[in-house]
Amino acid sequence: MEGILFWFLALVLLGSAVAVITNRSPVASALSLVTMILALAGLFGLLGAYFLAAIQVWVYAGAVMVLFLFIIMLLDLKAEEGMPLRALGVGAGLFLVLFLGVGIWHAIPASAWEANGLRAAVSNDAASIGHLLFGAYVLPFEAVGFLLLVAMVGVIVLSKRDV
Amino acid sequence: MNLDYVPVLLQTVIAVVVAVSMLGGAILIGQRGRRTPAKDTAYECGKDPIGPTNPRFSVKFYMVAMLFILFDIETVFFFAWAVVYRQELANGPQILFAMLFFLAVLGVGLVYELRKKALDWTRHG
Amino acid sequence: MVTELTVFLVSTLIKIFLVIGVLLGLVAYAVLAERKVSAAMQDRIGPNRVGLPFVKARLMGLGQPLADAFKLMLKEQFVPGHVRGFYYNLAPMLAFLPALLAICVIPFAGVDPIHLPGLSLAIPQPGVIANVGIGALLLFAVTSLGVYGIVLAGWSSNSKYAFLGGIRSSAQMISYEVAMGFSAIPVFLISGALSLPQIVDFQIERGWLLLPFVGKQFDWHLLFLWPSLLLSSLIFLVTLFAETNRAPFDLPESEQELVGGYNTEYGGMRFGMFFLGEYAALISASGLFVTLFLGGWSLPFGLLGTATSLSTFFLQALVFLGKVCLLVFFFMWIRWTLPRFRYDQVMTLGWKVLLPLSMANIVLVAILLAVFGGTP
Repeated sequence: MEGILFWFLALVLLGSAVAVITNRSPVASALSLVTMILALAGLFGLLGAYFLAAIQVWVYAGAVMVLFLFIIMLLDLKAEEGMPLRALGVGAGLFLVLFLGVGIWHAIPASAWEANGLRAAVSNDAASIGHLLFGAYVLPFEAVGFLLLVAMVGVIVLSKRDV
Repeated sequence: MNLDYVPVLLQTVIAVVVAVSMLGGAILIGQRGRRTPAKDTAYECGKDPIGPTNPRFSVKFYMVAMLFILFDIETVFFFAWAVVYRQELANGPQILFAMLFFLAVLGVGLVYELRKKALDWTRHG
Repeated sequence: MVTELTVFLVSTLIKIFLVIGVLLGLVAYAVLAERKVSAAMQDRIGPNRVGLPFVKARLMGLGQPLADAFKLMLKEQFVPGHVRGFYYNLAPMLAFLPALLAICVIPFAGVDPIHLPGLSLAIPQPGVIANVGIGALLLFAVTSLGVYGIVLAGWSSNSKYAFLGGIRSSAQMISYEVAMGFSAIPVFLISGALSLPQIVDFQIERGWLLLPFVGKQFDWHLLFLWPSLLLSSLIFLVTLFAETNRAPFDLPESEQELVGGYNTEYGGMRFGMFFLGEYAALISASGLFVTLFLGGWSLPFGLLGTATSLSTFFLQALVFLGKVCLLVFFFMWIRWTLPRFRYDQVMTLGWKVLLPLSMANIVLVAILLAVFGGTP
């Protein structure tokens, strides 16, 4: 059962990832990306990282992609839809995928996954993540606060005429 | 895989089937009609449509969407914090100060937005 | 041979079909109720003609939902030539789905296993479809997807009104989603759980979060937290109005400006799915509010206890449904009482009032809990 689900989700994930690139309509690309995010959340769920899966859906599919859609509609990218795929671009992309794939292939056995409480981070409930976040990782957490502040200022500087 | 989450999967599958079959069933048994030019034009109160169909809209919507993402990420942290708050209080009030500091930083951001009138819909620009 | 797994799967399937069936039935009758309520408030009679088919009995218009459903199904399912076909069909389904998904984590009765006569194995978690530890988080995640149906409907319709309605509506929904998340945090702070059945159990023991004196045992801590909880529930209720696009937040379909808003170009069952989806969202939102603040399926002072037999189980489900229906009536009452906000007022309320208030509320609750030394 798990195997079937894994292969199904993996296929959906890869298929929609390819669709993101090959679709010429920006909205179709964005929606393929949403599908990909949902499939990824499903894979997280299969791994037992339910908290992460829910966050993946909430933040990425529910927030980030909505912004993407907004921007696409705001810009109304009609010209983009007519552009064909270029052979050079496709070739370079394939090469990069190969390159990255080989790198990851070698990186996986070399890294120590079980260390650093990563196992707890992907565990079932929010509480274990909370203990970790507000115990050992409280400094990064506060740094995230500053990052969000910077982003907030950035939004206003970028989108307002008279700052 | 945790058995607790199997019902979520089942619910998703069944909900999708229900939604698709409601629409599909209606398309199957629905009345068949003729196509007329009037049916194929966008509704604009009986007039012929004028101008672009996707009019340009205010950049404020984009700003709202950006700020929404930032606050949404915060909410996620708050969820993880709220669950462990009472347990962690046993180890002293650090957990309270950690979140107060986080909130203060974001409060600065919120005040900045309000002062810059970023969320003021009656102004231009 | 009946194994635990089969009992689990079969009971889950039965619950899913029951819950979806009840939800759809409620949706159909909520439409009728809305018409009746609005009629009563405007001193009209409302629909009272349609009874059962082939019988002369009118039954005060109780057949109306049936007639409405058939009419929606039998209409011409027309796709105008100027729309973007695929997304135009996808949007109504996406608008309908989140509410159907969200109800799977809301407990409608107790979750203690029930022993049925004639069955050796107990039925696990009878009162909820999915008893998951991160229930509330999952619910928020699923409801955040509701915005897609509206954005896509507006965009794919290729029409000014639909487009503007879609953009407006989605901006409103995402604005209030933030305040909604923040205003629910005090509940999780106090109960220390994200699992909705656990939150209900907490309320049975210590008192409903909106009425702290109805628990099995009196808890003076909750009395001090009461003002914050009242504020938090008020903010949560307001954001639910905005999230479900109900009046006074029905900007997306403000008919004087936008005709029908995002569903202007829709007809037949496609329109029907937006319409019914809105009511389904309203009902699941009411269910969430009841679960978080009104003690879920419980009666005051733990009168119903936890489920031990099939009859108490159904009693609990009925109590839950009763509370939900009362809240739905409240939603309707507000709709036919208050005028619509202007768009800038909506945005001001969401970002400048509700958001800072709910953040301050979290700080207050956290400090109070720290003073109590982490007790309730």
